[in-house]
This record gives sequence, C-alpha cells and structure tokens, in this order.
Amino acid sequence: MDGRARLGVDIGGTFTDVVLEAGGDRWSTKVLTTYAAPEDAIVAGMGRVLAEAGLPASDLAQVIHGTTLATNALIERRGAKTALVTTLGFRDVIEMRTESRFEQYDLNLRLPEPLLPRQLRFTVAERVDAGGGVLVPLDVAEVEAVADRLAEAGVESVAVGLLHAYLRPDHERMVRDVLAARLPEVSVSLSSDVSPQMREYERFNTTIANAYVKPLMASYLGRLRARLAGEGADCPVFLMHSGGGIMSLDDAAAYPVRLVESGPAGGAVFAADVAARHGLDRVLSFDMGGTTAKICLIRDGAPKTARVFEVARSYRFKKGSGMPISIPVIDMVEIGAGGGSLASVDAMGRIQVGPESAGSEPGPACYGRGGTRPGVTDADLVLGKLDPANFAGGTIALDPAASEAALAAHVGDALDLDPLAAAHGVAEVVDETMANAARVHAVENGEDLSGYTMIAFGGAAPLHAGRLAQKLGIDRVLVPPGAGVGSAIGFLRAPFSFEATRSAYMRMSEFDAAAAREVLRALSDEAAGFVRTCDGDARIGTEAKLFMRYVGQGWEIPVELTPALAAAPEAGAILAAFEADYARLFGRTVEGLDVEITVWAVNAATPPAPVVPAGAAPGGGATPEGAARRLFDQAAGAPVDGREVARAALSPGDRVPGPAAIVEAETTVIVPPGYAARAATDGCLDLTREEGA
Amino acid sequence: MTTDVMHQVIWTRLISVVEEQAQALVRTAFSTSVREAGDLSAGVYDAEGRMLAQAVTGTPGHVNAMADAVAHFMREIGVGTMAEGDVYLTNDPWMGTGHLHDITVVTPSFLDGALVGFFACTAHVVDIGGRGFGADADSVYEEGLRLPIMRFAARGAVDRTLIALVRANVREPDQLVGDLHALATCNEIGHRRLVDTMREFGLADLASVSAFILGASRRATLARIAALPRETAVGEMTVDGFDRPITLRATVTVEADRIVTDFAGTSGVDAKGINCPMVYTKAYACYALKVAIAPDIPNNHASLEPFVVTAPEGTIVNAVHPAPVALRHIVGHFVPDVVFDAFDRIVPGVVPAEGAGCLCNFQLSVRPTTPEGRRAEVLTFNSGGSGARPEVDGLNATAFPSGVMTMPVEATEHAGPVVIWRKELREGSGGAGARRGGLGQHMEVGAREGHAFHISAMLDRRDHPARGRRGGGPGAATEIARSDGAAMRVKGRQAVPEGARVVMAFPGGGGYGDPAVRERAAVMRDVARGYVSAEEARATYGLSEAEAAAALAAARRGEDP
Repeated sequence: MDGRARLGVDIGGTFTDVVLEAGGDRWSTKVLTTYAAPEDAIVAGMGRVLAEAGLPASDLAQVIHGTTLATNALIERRGAKTALVTTLGFRDVIEMRTESRFEQYDLNLRLPEPLLPRQLRFTVAERVDAGGGVLVPLDVAEVEAVADRLAEAGVESVAVGLLHAYLRPDHERMVRDVLAARLPEVSVSLSSDVSPQMREYERFNTTIANAYVKPLMASYLGRLRARLAGEGADCPVFLMHSGGGIMSLDDAAAYPVRLVESGPAGGAVFAADVAARHGLDRVLSFDMGGTTAKICLIRDGAPKTARVFEVARSYRFKKGSGMPISIPVIDMVEIGAGGGSLASVDAMGRIQVGPESAGSEPGPACYGRGGTRPGVTDADLVLGKLDPANFAGGTIALDPAASEAALAAHVGDALDLDPLAAAHGVAEVVDETMANAARVHAVENGEDLSGYTMIAFGGAAPLHAGRLAQKLGIDRVLVPPGAGVGSAIGFLRAPFSFEATRSAYMRMSEFDAAAAREVLRALSDEAAGFVRTCDGDARIGTEAKLFMRYVGQGWEIPVELTPALAAAPEAGAILAAFEADYARLFGRTVEGLDVEITVWAVNAATPPAPVVPAGAAPGGGATPEGAARRLFDQAAGAPVDGREVARAALSPGDRVPGPAAIVEAETTVIVPPGYAARAATDGCLDLTREEGA
Repeated sequence: MTTDVMHQVIWTRLISVVEEQAQALVRTAFSTSVREAGDLSAGVYDAEGRMLAQAVTGTPGHVNAMADAVAHFMREIGVGTMAEGDVYLTNDPWMGTGHLHDITVVTPSFLDGALVGFFACTAHVVDIGGRGFGADADSVYEEGLRLPIMRFAARGAVDRTLIALVRANVREPDQLVGDLHALATCNEIGHRRLVDTMREFGLADLASVSAFILGASRRATLARIAALPRETAVGEMTVDGFDRPITLRATVTVEADRIVTDFAGTSGVDAKGINCPMVYTKAYACYALKVAIAPDIPNNHASLEPFVVTAPEGTIVNAVHPAPVALRHIVGHFVPDVVFDAFDRIVPGVVPAEGAGCLCNFQLSVRPTTPEGRRAEVLTFNSGGSGARPEVDGLNATAFPSGVMTMPVEATEHAGPVVIWRKELREGSGGAGARRGGLGQHMEVGAREGHAFHISAMLDRRDHPARGRRGGGPGAATEIARSDGAAMRVKGRQAVPEGARVVMAFPGGGGYGDPAVRERAAVMRDVARGYVSAEEARATYGLSEAEAAAALAAARRGEDP
C-alpha cells in the first residue's frame, strides 16, 4: 500500500469496530452497532479515529468493510419478499432438505422453516439432463405467466434455480430475460451465477439466500457509499467476503451472500498476518468471545477454505440444523462456548457448558445484573484468572461471591464439589469441548496439531488458550495486541480476491487435457475479472484447485495444482497429486479404482501485503517482578502462587514465567505453569512451553 | 485434579473419540448408504467388553448390536490369544448387526502390554457377493459371503488368505478391501487417542473410568424407569410385508428396574429376505423406548442394559439361521411404531402417531437398448411423512426412525442414465388431526433415452397406511404404478420398458388428536401452503368457506394467512 490512510470497519452483533491505519500507526475504536442505519455507527467511529489521528476524511485511500448484516437478515428472516422459480416437479427441494433429522433422539424435533414458504415457490416445465442436454425445452409463455403471478404477489426479488443449471445455464438466463422485461424493478439471482455447483439443495438455498438479502444489502451499500462521500471519504469502498479476500462494492451488492461470515473471515486473516510476521507455517487460530469460539487452521499463511457451510443453526449449533450456503468460505469450526456460556449438570451428573449463553444481559452471575446461573466467566473468576476490580478496563466490577453461589447452586451441590472444584470442573469441560472440536477438525484435514502454534484472540481466548494448548500438545501460543478488533485489522491485511468454482465431472481414465485447460482458463478469467474491477493495475495471481475422489465415494478432497500443472493439465501429475493428498488424509490409497474430478475452482488474488518480520523475542530481557497473585493450575487441579504483570509494562524481550496473569484493559493472558511468555517486537505475547515442563 | 473432574473430562473425550472414528469412516467408505445415510457405527469398550461410548450416527439399528458385539468376539477369539496389532472382523448377521452387508471390525487396545479395552466399528459395504442387495433370496446362503468371527490381522499382519477369498467372492473387490482397511484404520485412530488419554491422566486401566460412566448412566436410566407406572400393555400393527401381511405384536412391561418388551404373537419368518435377526429388533425396540423416556442419556452398556427385548424364535423379528435377512431394515423400521402403540397405553401423551416407518427405497438396474448406452445400478433413499406428535405436527418427507439422508437428484442422475422427473411433497397425504401427520412425497423416475430398467421396490404401507392416534386420521397409503398404466407391486424386482416411467407416491404420517380442534390458523396456513386442499380443509377440519377463501387469497399474495 502507498502509506495513505486505510480504514477497516467490522459491523458485529453488538459493536461496530473501526480501525484506522496511516503512516505505520494504528487507531481503533468500538461503537455500538446502530441496527436501523448501520452506516451511522461507521461514520461515528470513523470520525473518532480520524480525530485521534488528526487526519481529514479526504486522506482515506480505502475503506474496507465487513458485516454481519447479511447473516443477521438470514437468521432473523428480515430479507426481501423473495420467490423461487424452479423446475417442474421440484418445488419443495429447500423444504425437504436432506429428508433427515439432525437430532436422532428428540421426538419433538422441529425442522427450521425454509427461507421461502411453499406459496412463493413456482415451477416451470423444463428439463436439462446430467449430461447438459435439453430433455424438455423451456416455454417462454409459461415463464410470462409465472411473472404475472410474481407481480400479483408483490415479489421484490427472484431466485432462479433449475436442475443441472450449473452445467447448462441457458434456461435460467431465458427466465431472467423474461423477468427483466416483465418485472424490471425486481432483482434476479441465477443459481448458475451465484453458486454453479452440483447438488440442488445447496445451490437453490444459496441462490435464494442471495436473492433474499440482495435488495437490503444493495440499498445499504449504496447509502453507505453516499454517506461516506458526504463525510469527505469519497475513496473506493471494498467489502470483505467469506473467502478471506476483498471484493468491490458493486460485486458485493450483486452477490451479497458472499458477505456472510465476513467478520470471522477477517479474524482468520488477522491470525494469518500474525503468522506471516512470525514465519509460522502451521497455525491454529483460536477466537473466543462471549457466546462462541471459532477455530481455523492456517497452513503456509493461508486459512483453510471450504466450499459449503451452514448459517443459522437452530439447534445447539448442531450440524444440519441450519441452512447450507455453497460459496467459497474460510473453513471454521464454531462451538457454542464463550465467556457467557452457561454451566449445568445433566441427568448423569455430567457438567455441561453451553451452547446456552447468558449474553451480556443479564450476563454471568458475577456481573451482578440479575444473572443467577454460572457462566464460564464465573468459573474463570473463581479460579483467579480474572481480577474482579479490573474487568473490561474496570468498567464492570465483578462479584466473586455471586460466582461462587451460582457455581454451588447449579454445579457444586449436585456433585458434592466445593465452588473452587466446581469452577475447575466447568473450566475443564469447556476447554475439553474446544480441544475436542479442534482435534476433530485437524483430523478431518489430515493434520496433527502437535507441531502447531496457536494464535489466540477475542476477549475470552487468552484466558483459555494456555490450557487448550496443554490439552492439544501445542508448545507455543501467540497472543497478538489489538485482539479486540482483530477482524477489522484483518480486513486491512486481506488481498483483493475472488474464487470461481464450477461442477464438471471428469474421470481420470478419460482425462481430456484440452477440456480441462479450457475449464481452468474460463474460471481463471472469471475470477481475475472480479479482482480487476477492484484494482485495474495489480499483479493478479491465480491458484487452481480440483475436488477429486475415487469413483464411488461421496466425499471429495481438494487437490491444489501447481501453476505449471494448471496451465498445462496432465493426467499423470494430477493423479499423483491426488494420491499424495489422499494418503496424507486417510493413511493409504486405494488400488485399482478410477479417480474423478467433480468440482473445479480457481482463486484469483493480488499478492498479500508485505509483512515486517517480528523478530523472535530477543533473549535475555528482564523478568518483571510483578505482584503476587493466587492462580489455579488446571492441569494439576490445585491452586498455585503466581504473579501478575501489566502487559503495557512489558518491553520486547521481557520474560514472564508461568504461572502468571498478564493483564490489560481488554482481557487477561493466563500463562500456565511450565510455559513462559516473552514480549515480541510486534507486541505479541509469545507463550512457549519450557523444556522439562 | 479431583477424580470426579478427571472422569468427567475423560467421558467427554471418549464421546469425541468415537464421533471422530465415525467421521473417518464416513469420509473414506465407498458404500452409498454409509456416506449418505450414516449407515455405520463406532464404539469404545472396557477390558470386559462393556461399551462405554458409541457415536450417534444415522442408524439406531446398530445401537444394541454394537453393545453386544465385542462380547461375541471375546468369546470366539479367546481373550488369552489376543495380541497387539490384532484386528478381528465378522459379517455374521447374528453376531454383528443383522445382515451380511454390515462388516463389524473389532480391535483390542493394549497399553504397556496389558489389554485395556476394545474399539469396534461397523459399516454397510457396497457388495458382499451372492444375489446382490435385495429381498429375493430364499436363505442367507444366497445373500453373499459369510465371514465368521476371525482375525483380519494377526500382530499387524493382514491375513492374505482371507483377502484372497473375499476378493474372489464379491463384485467390487477393490472397494470392499478398501472398506475393510478403512474400518481397521478407524479403530486404530480411536486406539491411539485412548492410549494418549490414559497416559495424560496416568491411568493403567479403565476400571475407574468405566465404573464412573456406567454407574452414572445406570442410575440415571433406572431413575427414569422408576418414574413410570408399573404396567403391562400390548401394541399391535399390521403392515404389507412381501407377499403376505405381517403382524407385529409387542408386549411392554415396566418393572421396577427394567422394561421388558416381548414380541410373542408376531408373524413367523417370511420366505423372502425381509426377516429381522433378534439383534436388529432389539436395537429398534430399545431405540423407541430410549427416545421416549431417556433421550438425553448416551448409549452405553449400562444405559441399554435395563431395556430387555425378547421374541420367540422363528418370528419375523427373531429370524434364525438360515433365514434370508438382507432387507431386515423393512421390518426393523416398523418396530418403533408397534412399541409406541404399547407404550402409549402406559404413558399417554409422549409418543407420536404411526408414520411411514420403513424408508421408501428403490434400486434401478439400468441397461442399454442401443450400443451407446451404459449399465448402472442406482440406489436411492427416500422418506414418507412421520407421525404427528402430541404437541407438534409430523415431519414432512423426513425419515423416522431411521436417520438417513436422501441423495441430491443431480447426484443420482450422475450415478447412472436415469431421470428423476418429480420429487416433491405429496399434498393432502398427512393424516388429519389436532396435529397433522407429516406429508409423504411424490416421485417419478425413468431411464434416459436408449435405456430400459428394472426397479427393485422396497416399499410398504400400500394396504396398511399409518394409523392416527387419539382420534387422528390415517396418513395416505403408498401408491406405485407404471406411467403406461400397468400395475406394480410395492416390493420386488419389476421390469420397466423403454420410455415408461414409474410413478410413486410415498405414505404420509398419521394424525394425532381430533381434527376438529386443530387451530384455525394452522389449518389456514396448511391450505395456503398447499399441504391440505381447501376442499379437505372444509370437509375434515370444518374450515368455513370464508376462511378457505382468505387462505387462498393469502397464498396468492405469497403469504401465510
């Protein structure tokens, strides 16, 4: 970047975070999110950081924005009046889902309502087969009749999802043309544009989600651009997308479903940037807030990505209880475990933590706002991880007696444990739950976490990162500064990028190099085209990925192609790459079976911003004395005498051996026994397990 | 760490380990029913062979089978002869999970030379030879290769003789051998995690962990049973069967510390392969009772033990060797409905009305009529409606009691030259009631041009639709016919000429309670959405003409009334 000022803005559920970077300095602030007009909070936050920096709005070269608005509209069902036009015989695809129950043992299970009720789903006679041939041609007159019914219903946005349209989009485009002519005011989203992937439930749902939030997001983004310009910031505005890159405002308005999960994606990019500064190639990003924890793997500087994810899980974060969205996304595991997660004891006498959360109102018992049930924060307080007089910068005075009473009433009494032991049980269970999720995620990706470094951010993460690392056999944890606005900082580190994907089957025994080259070239052109609209001059790199499997399997694995192989695809080398990845994931290859490609993907991106390496914390620094503080060794299950040190008082190279609490306004970093923290040159705290520990 | 907290942590971890084991299988297995339907299981056991934790997968049918399996292996192999690196297997329907297509693999877990526990997993494989997957065999000998409990690997060395025999007897040897290795690997993953955990907590054996888990589970289960009235009740239900109707009869007796379910009075074994070995009946009977009284208590040796299930030998729910059992799921899936019928007489207001019950599955065997075409076998899983619940409508086109997922139509059409012309909800098929039964679905299938096919239908409930409960009406019955008008049967292999389609309508779930008291708003919503026609709403639910008109007007506005 050219050193001019850049603004990162993350609209979250509670706070809008604003970060300004200029001339190597950074200013940040948090403003309460203003739901009615989200741009108000942005303008307020922008004014604040610009004033602190002493810069005029006109100095801003870029505003980069991520938001939960699209996600919230899906969860709260506040989108436009939307209709689906689909193939005759398939009106109920989004309602029938997978025809399964995501919870086997609940006789009164309720499935989430589909985004559109049945009366807003219309069919037309037409049919494309699995080879892309037309079995039944589309009848334009029938589409016109449907258009009249859409008009009668007062529909504002239309999703068009036809079977096998990812192979042959002609019919969808014809429908769009008819609708454009008859209903020029109505916005139209085609499944062959939004998510050209095989599997009708995911594709239709994704297209409907896009159509559903499109009028809202287009209107919001238009207003935002005007407001910012009115404030003197008439620079380009870009949007963070779920895949971890940024896209233009106009593309975001056309494909707003790609904005879902943009906030967490910013967090992963933030962690990836820390990883790059420290030269780490294997990182576990751990973000724990008030209601959930998110875990993501970062290899060689890039967060792992996936092709499909679920939003709006309606049942204890359970897989299958939400709606699938098939777009390129950073692959994150979300667990219902945060500082506000509530603890209880079940019928078997097992301590359970989350996903039910006390939120910030009334909050855990220690907030003294009427909460009587113990949350994770209560356990943290009783274990001495938090200083009751210095929580959230001293803005909330915590009441340890209330925590103890809540833990006794809801956990300790049932299990015959004193409040300290109950707190220990709650902390161990929540840490174990997160550790299990991390392990499963690692195994699914064919990774072993023992060589990983954890990067911990979010308000509650530094309290739990040390114990989590012990459980996972991780020897090193970095706690970066600015962790409370990590996502917004991440936006400023993200490249311009766009991933284009397409379903097209090709068996390796019938590999067609010319056709493969053509698919990859077309995807590369499409993806680069999106990036080009953000920056006409940038050097754009592309990375090709194939999703492959043995014929007969239902699960594809991603196989990355080298640039040379992507430019000149060759069956032998692709097969070798698949077999190497398959063996890494599953331990062995399968002899004698044909292999097929199912999905092709090309990601185009500008080069990542250069990083200033953060030297390993120089050795031989001071060991600040600090104050004595009573802590708790979770691994040993016993109280332990440690020290308390202020993070602000640490200079690069300073060493704080565990057990210790390193305190700052936003949170507390707990250094377990056997680990020592060093202050790194970039402000990170570097916790390392010491030999013999 | 206090011992209790440590035990809590280890219990949590063991549940995670078995889920991880199961996920590893789903991702590597070749069988459609494993990856799409979750037709697999994984569990961890103590050194006495008692199950401590089991993954929650797509099929309750493995619930007890897995709990019992390891004991069979300990007996047949001999604990004294077990060594590190050993892996055992079987697909014996009466030792494993009820049919030859399920292979169960058991691995002993050693720590510092001592046997500390076992891991077991089961998966449905693509093919096991014989006639192929279907109901047409007259005995289990025709259904494929039967592998008694034996070593797959001894001290780390895979038995090459066994592999050669298996390869010579199945249609897809590479996939099957791949699945065997996947099963062994899945246990190996669990074993390594168990050893790490035991070292982390300094445990030499699982005795105290096992006592904690099983003790807590037993106490919780017995407390639920003790809260029930000590009564006996009989439930009965008749379904279509293959060539003749089958009556299922269950007598449920609540005792002080157990519930006994006995199937005396149930029809005898069938000539065709829809018979159910005891182990599978036990699993679904137990599932029905657990989901009614103890859904939150995880499955393990102690939480399952108080549910006792018996049936006279030779009934269709206790079919003994050599009865054909390949499609044992058809009878098995109906077991919960008949157990519910009895349980409802003991504790009213908990269990649902009858539902579609068995999955509405069919397999298409496509063959070309011209030289350009190709052969293919295409299996699909589909569901009718579930029964209405006391306080909630039934689920539309959703599997119960099975937990399977359907496949995307687009994926099915890539699997072979077939065209699914219709797959959508079946209007008016949910049984009327204060709570409406779930809707069934329409399906219409054909082959691509240049192909003809056979359909192997595995449907039921044409002559015996799902009954409502407490005044609720029945769900709609199954229908199947050829598009050229020819009649078809609900079960068995039937030819379909080129150009013709098979038109099917899958059953709806039964209703619950008197339809006259259903909330008006719910009836009007059903009309607006087209779940129920305006005519039926007026005739059955007493909707007024004005209300019906208002519902239809709302529908035209794209709204619920």
